[in-house]
Amino acid sequence: MQTIDANKMESVALNAALRAAGTREIRIGHCVGQRYIGTGLSDCFLEIDGTPGNALGAYLNGGVIRVRGNVQEATGDTMNGGEIVVDGSAGDATGYAMRGGKIFVRGDVGYRCGIHIKAYRENRPAIVIGGRAGSFLGEYQAGGVIIVLGLHEDGRPIVGNFCGTGMHGGEIFLRGSELPARLPAQVRAEEIGTLPDEAEALVREWCSLFERDPAPLLRTHYIRLTPDSGNPYRQLYVGN
Amino acid sequence: MLKEGQFRNLSGCAVAGVIDRSGGVMSGEGMIEAISVMHDRSNGLGGGFAGYGIYPHYKDFYAFHLFYDGKDAQSETEAFIGRHFEIVYSSEIQTRKLPAVTDEPLIFRYFLAPLPRKLARSHLDEREYVARCVNRVNAQIEGAYVFSSGKNMGIFKGVGYPEDIGRFYRLEEYAGYAWTCHGRYPTNTPGWWGGAHPFGLLDFSVVHNGEISSYDANRRYIEMFGYQCTLHTDTEVITYIVDYLIRRRGLTLEETAHVVAASFWSTIAEKEESTRRQETLLRRMFPSLLVTGPFSIILGYTGGLMALGDRLKLRSTVCAEKGDIAYIASEESAIRKISPDLDKVFSPAGGEPVIYELYDREAVQ
Repeated sequence: MQTIDANKMESVALNAALRAAGTREIRIGHCVGQRYIGTGLSDCFLEIDGTPGNALGAYLNGGVIRVRGNVQEATGDTMNGGEIVVDGSAGDATGYAMRGGKIFVRGDVGYRCGIHIKAYRENRPAIVIGGRAGSFLGEYQAGGVIIVLGLHEDGRPIVGNFCGTGMHGGEIFLRGSELPARLPAQVRAEEIGTLPDEAEALVREWCSLFERDPAPLLRTHYIRLTPDSGNPYRQLYVGN
Repeated sequence: MLKEGQFRNLSGCAVAGVIDRSGGVMSGEGMIEAISVMHDRSNGLGGGFAGYGIYPHYKDFYAFHLFYDGKDAQSETEAFIGRHFEIVYSSEIQTRKLPAVTDEPLIFRYFLAPLPRKLARSHLDEREYVARCVNRVNAQIEGAYVFSSGKNMGIFKGVGYPEDIGRFYRLEEYAGYAWTCHGRYPTNTPGWWGGAHPFGLLDFSVVHNGEISSYDANRRYIEMFGYQCTLHTDTEVITYIVDYLIRRRGLTLEETAHVVAASFWSTIAEKEESTRRQETLLRRMFPSLLVTGPFSIILGYTGGLMALGDRLKLRSTVCAEKGDIAYIASEESAIRKISPDLDKVFSPAGGEPVIYELYDREAVQ
């Protein structure tokens, strides 16, 4: 594994060094705020020490990015494939407009996680959050899966306000039996005792990444949110 | 050159702040280092710093920092200041010549005490008297601009990247218990020295990342109380709103936050009785001071810092603590740069104020 010391390196230089590296396994040390790390890469294994900047793994096509710390805003922006694994917490707009791939966060995520994510055939984006999510989780969600495990200990609700606003595809699973505040009329909520296979596999994957026992997270209730079928937004804007 | 308010220029920003709650002092170096991590958030058209507790030997006097376009503006302003204040000490602010910082105006500092007879005849509270004098210079004297006017604090700003502006003002030579800083990416107005952040009035200073959409509604309301929004920038109006609500109306910082970044009515409706009543009252009393659109600000004042973001959290803010020292920044990386190993890191919710104050605020009054 090659190591790149990012200390005092600017974003452009760091990204150029990543692309020019002779190996696919790269460790980035002393990362502090460099943006767009791993943008568009397809087959790298990046391990990052420190705090990467905004838009980490934007347009990521494949491979794995593992961050030994927190990440900032817009992690996995418009990613197509691959995995981003965050040992700490993630900022706002995590997984913004994802089209494929997976994001696993041990801690919390900020506002607007999973906004505008969408699925097409085999491309099904997935975000699994160990802690809690801020407001606007899954806003305008069009496809894919978001799972919030709620293992945070600060006493705040598992999800903030305006969850699923404008949602018209995909699924959100929130561990527990408590409905989010003021769900929009176009979103249907049901309490389930068993996770569907795809979601269960994702929870197991999260547990193996962060070394947690999956049993208590599987033998429990979840709230499943899906858009109401039919045409939920009929006549919302125009009279036809 | 067209200045602030005469031109629209399309284009984010970066903010950071630090306070040693035990009252220990630090130079401006740390903030320079922190803001430089967020270099890409600004575009070289404005940078600035506010330091608190930096003038201990003159702490009883109002420290005015002024930009002058030329000597005429300076003599007219000094004549005005002489009619209203006793000038205890005045000098050009020491700067360092840097290739990255050009076209600087004349930059002067005055330590002032209001003339007692003039103050008595004005029938104004001392701080109101000073604020009105600041407003008169800024609105009426062509080519002069008071950009700092508090006691035992000072603002240092200009056109350039913030790290260059910090070195230009030799901030390593100042020592204060709290600092804020700003890297600018102007959204509506061209970069001009006076238009850089922090904006200040008396000891309040505001650094701001965002672009408020309620600017005109806020401006029309605040101008009814004698504030003149000469720069047409949103940060200026936020500074006046803070001054009006806290100094003139006596609101607390939390109450001010509930006016400026009020929760949605639907959110207020779900809160418990006493909170609901209070927040409803504040929204009804000051509907025109609700600030909408994206913003994250750090308010500096004597003895403390407050971080506040818009209710939708359209701009990021991270707070962190390490022992007595508390940090606020647009990005966590800026804090990690100067304090890699933190006790606590968190992102406040939209509209949730985070207040860090000296343990002993009396000591700096």
